Amino acid sequence: MKKLVYLDNAATTKTAPEVVEAMLPYFTEYFGNPSSVYSFASQNKETITKQREIIAQALGASTNEIYFTAGGSEADNWALKATAECYKNKGNHIITTKIEHHAILHTCEYLEKEGFEVTYLDVDENGSVKMDDLRAAIRPTTILISIMFANNEIGTIEPIKEIGEVAKEHGILFHTDAVQAFGQVPISVDDCHIDMLSASGHKLNGPKGIGFLYIRKGVKIRSFVHGGAQERKRRAGTENVPGIVGMGAATQRAIHTMEERTAKEIELRDYLISRVLDEIPYTRLNGHPKKRLPNNANFSFRFIEGESLLIMLDMKGICASSGSACTSGSLDPSHVLLAIGLPHEIAHGSLRLTLSDETTKEDIDYVVDSLKEIVTNLRNMSPLYEDFVKKNQK
Amino acid sequence: MYTEKVMDHFQNPRNVGEIENASGVGTVGNAKCGDIMRIYLDIDENQIIQDVKFKTFGCGAAVATSSMATELVKGKTIYEALKVTNKAVMEALDGLPPVKVHCSLLAEEAIHAALWDYAEKNGLQIEGLEKPKSDIHEDEEEESEEY
Repeated sequence: MKKLVYLDNAATTKTAPEVVEAMLPYFTEYFGNPSSVYSFASQNKETITKQREIIAQALGASTNEIYFTAGGSEADNWALKATAECYKNKGNHIITTKIEHHAILHTCEYLEKEGFEVTYLDVDENGSVKMDDLRAAIRPTTILISIMFANNEIGTIEPIKEIGEVAKEHGILFHTDAVQAFGQVPISVDDCHIDMLSASGHKLNGPKGIGFLYIRKGVKIRSFVHGGAQERKRRAGTENVPGIVGMGAATQRAIHTMEERTAKEIELRDYLISRVLDEIPYTRLNGHPKKRLPNNANFSFRFIEGESLLIMLDMKGICASSGSACTSGSLDPSHVLLAIGLPHEIAHGSLRLTLSDETTKEDIDYVVDSLKEIVTNLRNMSPLYEDFVKKNQK
Repeated sequence: MYTEKVMDHFQNPRNVGEIENASGVGTVGNAKCGDIMRIYLDIDENQIIQDVKFKTFGCGAAVATSSMATELVKGKTIYEALKVTNKAVMEALDGLPPVKVHCSLLAEEAIHAALWDYAEKNGLQIEGLEKPKSDIHEDEEEESEEY
């Protein structure tokens, strides 16, 4: 097999072997429906409660505030739609940002069609929410603020605690999409005044198809799926027991290894960033230079286009992603890169590299060496670079 | 998602480069949409395309269609080159994904733009050739940011 360097851990991660091991008995051995009466099956209910405890502990929450879902997108949909429905008598205004995941943005667009008003906050050049803008956006009718904990493309960590304080001060519910942040950075729902939080298993070496929504006690949002008493009647459907066990095991692993793992990732990430910026001209780092996810690096290389770059990297066994339009099927590059003020042609040449605890310094060196060669080749082929060089010669 | 031929022309693009004092140069597309193609033609006194080079900013399909288009017009008369359609370029590449069909249109337009430039320089009228639609205006695309 050719060399494989997987640097797309923000897209998904490898399920950790110990997580798979924890899950396996729940397919063939303990396969019972947790709602059944006999003890063979009903012991699975206790297993689920244990996983809830692990997750609640990781957030400083209570066990019965964790609701399992089929993933991050479902949790985001639930938080927004159910809040809108339940609090519509109080008001019809929601505040979010221009750099949210589409699970938030498209849900907001849907709610706008249903008569809700949504403010999409601008961010600064680093991708950080501007607190003055947030305060200015609040209306008497504002029922919800939904701002991501950390951005999936550029890695910027938002000032969640300050946002939570503003929300609390005004008596507005605060939801955060923590799909990229959960397990990567410490989170306390009480310190940050978070009322709802979405997370997903497969971003932290857990399985796909499982996630959860944290709902603070007292927040009265309705059932998302009707048809059973599962998840305190708020999300019906026979529990995905192996998935829930995987989610619990992945959370435990992520919390247990966080300090050491992220310290190592930060060191390698900064090494990657400094090598790329030092050795490849006309390149910029996107996202906050310091307040960013431990494993995220996002660059724009001028004069070249992202999809070409991805294919060339793929030839060398390097897995990465780009905010280029050509990778999304539309003509516009990533909404996040445009929101931080990048011109279209520079946003097209973006590259996201996201590390894992398995990434080595050798991997980074191999990637940077490959990038140098590929960027040079693509620039030699680029009419934009030709024009730029000719203009500078004049 | 790409055919073997597309991948081959992307990895080993034919005729990349520039021609000094070219007979005709055409640039189409715009950076905003993420693809720009420039084609250089060297045309002899018998109106035969002796050499052709290209430069492209764009995705894998954009590079591959540019490369294939240059192969298809090399050694042809300008009238034969005019008949190289986007469909011909696509067929020669064993097809493109639907979202990438516009890339092949760009290749056809780039050839037409280069032929138009050649015709203008030589005071010729080439039957069947229309003024290219999307020539970019270099001066209007000033880069605002510096790094």
